[in-house]
Amino acid sequence: MLAKRLIPCLDVRDGVVVKGVQFRNHEIIGDIVPLAARYAEEGADELVFYDITASSDGRVVDKSWVRKIAEVIDIPFCVAGGIKSVADAGKILELGADKISVNSPALARPELISELNAAFGQQCVVVGIDSYFDATTGQYQVYQYTGDETRSQKTRWLLLDWVEEVQRRGAGEIVLNCMNQDGVRQGYDLAQLSLVRQYCQVPLIASGGAGAVQHFIDVFRDADVDGALAASVFHKGIIAIADLKAALIAANVEIRP
Amino acid sequence: MTLQANKPQLVIVDTGCANITSVFCALQRLGAEVQISADPAVISAAEKVIIPGVGTAKQAMANIDAKGLRSTLQQLTQPVLGICLGMQLLTEHSAEGDVACLGLIPGQVAPLEAKGLRLPHMGWNTLQVESSTHPLLQGVTAADYVYFVHSFAVQPSNYMLASCDYGSLFAAVIGRRNFLGMQFHPERSGKVGARLLQNFLQLDAQTLRAPD
Repeated sequence: MLAKRLIPCLDVRDGVVVKGVQFRNHEIIGDIVPLAARYAEEGADELVFYDITASSDGRVVDKSWVRKIAEVIDIPFCVAGGIKSVADAGKILELGADKISVNSPALARPELISELNAAFGQQCVVVGIDSYFDATTGQYQVYQYTGDETRSQKTRWLLLDWVEEVQRRGAGEIVLNCMNQDGVRQGYDLAQLSLVRQYCQVPLIASGGAGAVQHFIDVFRDADVDGALAASVFHKGIIAIADLKAALIAANVEIRP
Repeated sequence: MTLQANKPQLVIVDTGCANITSVFCALQRLGAEVQISADPAVISAAEKVIIPGVGTAKQAMANIDAKGLRSTLQQLTQPVLGICLGMQLLTEHSAEGDVACLGLIPGQVAPLEAKGLRLPHMGWNTLQVESSTHPLLQGVTAADYVYFVHSFAVQPSNYMLASCDYGSLFAAVIGRRNFLGMQFHPERSGKVGARLLQNFLQLDAQTLRAPD
C-alpha cells in the first residue's frame, strides 16, 4: 500500500535553515546539508526546502545548495521559493531536485502552473497554498508573499476556487499551509484540510500546526491527507521521526518503517 | 590490461530531460565512475548504461531520435537499466503520446488504472518480488518500500520481475536479457534503492544473456 509521507520542511534564508512563528521572527536552526542528511537518515520520507525570502525580495533561490543536497540525500526533495518561470524551475531540477513548488508567482501568473506541467510533467509540479481563515467573513482566503510580513497580502482567491484552478492547470500535488495554525503547534487544521480533501484529486500535503504525535495521527485519519509537513517539532527535537513512525504504525496508519 | 580503475564504468544517457543529477549522485555515492553522455561511441563502450527519464514518452523518444541514439540503445549488449520513464521507453509502445518506444522488452505502457486512488501515484509503496532468483532483486523483500512518481505504467507481463499494486497491478521492475527497468526511483528510495543500484552495478552481462 502507498504509505503516508512525513515531510520535514526546512525554511532556508541566506543559506541556513530558519524557523519563524506564524511566518515571522525567524530564528536560525542550522546548516542545510547536515540537517537534510540527518532527516533522511532518521526516516523522513521526503524533504521540502523553502527559500522563504525569495518570492518577497525578487530573488531566485540560491541554487548551489540544491546540488549539495542532491549529492548527500537519497530520498526525494522539493525546492520552493521564487520560481517564476520554466527556466527557473529547469535549473533547480537540473541541480537534482525532484519537484519544484510554486506559490506566490503562480498567484501572480496562474499560467506558470500550465507551463511547468507542459515542460516537466505533472509529477514535478507542486503548488503551495497559504490559506488564512478570516473569522469575520467565515471564508478561507488565499494569501501571497507570506515570507515577508511587510508584503504579505490577501489575494482575490478564495481557497476552494484556487484549489480547483491549480488542479485544472496541472498541479501534481498541493501543499496546504493553514496560516492560522502555523508555528503554534496546536494541531493541523482538520476542518480545513478535510474540506479541501473533498476538492483535491491530486496528493494533498498538510502544513501548519504539528506539535504532538497525536496531531499526525489525527490528520492522516481524519483529513485523509497524503503527507504531513512539519518543521519546528522536528528541528527542535520535540518529536523524533522514528518514534512518530512507530506511533503511526501502532495507530494503523500506513507508514514506511 | 590495467587494473587501475576497479570502479564500474557507467554511462547515464543524456536523454535531454532535466532530472539526471539525482541518478548521477546516487551512483557516485555507491562508488561508481559515472559520466553523462549522448555520444553513441561513449554509450556503446560503457560497462553499464542507465537510461533515466522524467517527462513524457513522446518527448523522450523525440529527444533520443534527435540525438541519433535509437539504434545505439537498441544494440547495447551490456547491462542497461531504464529508470521510471527510462524503463517505459524499453517497451514496445506508450499510450503517453501514442509513441513507439525502443521495443527491447515486450510490453505496453498505459495510463495507471488507479481505480479511484489519487494520481499521480506519488510516494513510497511496497514491491512484490515476482522473480526472486533474479540477481537484480537480491536482498529485496515484500516489506521494502520504494519511491514512485508516475501516472503511466507498464502492464504486467512475463517480463515482470517485481510488481506493485496501486488500484491495479503494474510492473515495478521488468527485465529481458541485458535490458532491465525500474518504474520507481532507486536513486530516491533510501537504503532499498541503494541496494538495488548496487545489485545493478554488480551484474554480469554473461548471467543476463540467458534465454528469456
